[in-house]
Amino acid sequence: MSMFKKEGKKEVPAMETSSISDIVFMFLFFFMVTTQLRSTENKVQVRIPSASEAVKLERKDLSSYINVGTPIRSLQAQYGNETRIQLNDSFRTTKDIRDFVAAERESMSEADRAFMTVCIKADQNTRMGIITDIKQELRRCSALKIMYSATRTQD
Amino acid sequence: MGKRSTPGLNTSSTADIAFLLLCYFLMTSTMGSHTGLSRRLPPMPDENQKAQEQKVNRRNIILVRINSQDALFAGTEPIDVSQLKDKIKIFLTNPTNLPNLPEKKMEDIKGLGEKRLVSQGVISLQNDRGTSYQAYIAVQNELVKAVNELRDEAAMAEFGRTFFALNEDQQDIIKAMVPQQISEAEPKDVTKKRR
Repeated sequence: MSMFKKEGKKEVPAMETSSISDIVFMFLFFFMVTTQLRSTENKVQVRIPSASEAVKLERKDLSSYINVGTPIRSLQAQYGNETRIQLNDSFRTTKDIRDFVAAERESMSEADRAFMTVCIKADQNTRMGIITDIKQELRRCSALKIMYSATRTQD
Repeated sequence: MGKRSTPGLNTSSTADIAFLLLCYFLMTSTMGSHTGLSRRLPPMPDENQKAQEQKVNRRNIILVRINSQDALFAGTEPIDVSQLKDKIKIFLTNPTNLPNLPEKKMEDIKGLGEKRLVSQGVISLQNDRGTSYQAYIAVQNELVKAVNELRDEAAMAEFGRTFFALNEDQQDIIKAMVPQQISEAEPKDVTKKRR
């Protein structure tokens, strides 16, 4: 009965692990290429409206963001649930936009300043009043290139 | 000389290092890129300079208004968002040369070396302070869509390809043929307007 001779003594060969690093590196490169670093923490709830004609933002490094919406749950006790403007990491008013734009401009190189885009990320239930105020303030400090943030939908 | 074999490099820890990096990028990153509708704001008029009324022929303007209840008006009559695109397309093309729709002018197209009829139509978008952002974006989107479709048609007629497939110079030609003229009016004090 030589058929059953080897049974019981068979050893499982050690798993070949050298390719794991290759696979993981592939993952790593994928994430490095497809992501951007999160620079600021969201302090307002923003549900971005959708639009079928939305286009991609070309130069991410040349854009600054203005978030508009109601404060997130954990901050509502402190700040209430009125619509607020968030610049960088704190709640601000429309008056602070001027300084914000000036600071953003300062951080860019001379050649890039003309291409600065202000990206307005506003919640879909925001009233246009506050958006209009922001737009007027942006016009006043001549940051004329703007983008209304919207997710792209297929139709 | 004896052949000395180098010991194999122990690579089992590279996987761990790569995993650490992977975790770091997973934690600190946000997926997806930013998309949105690009706009150019008109520059602020000088304060000491009198606001000059831009002279635009009455027939060349369509007024698109969104009131505080998010109801949409194009011209004078109420309209649904889904119908706005077609209305704008008819407004911009004026296919039957009606006298109450925008006039067309022969214009030299830079880069093409020929003259083409270019519509003089301007879309004036007005909104209330109480308009919701979602409705505003929906209307903006329809306006852009109307212009994009017209550009696609023009590109098809001129170059036999869609606007997106053209190179930059050709896109500029099409842009000159079908300009996107959306003017966002100066905000008005709505409290006075409310009846």
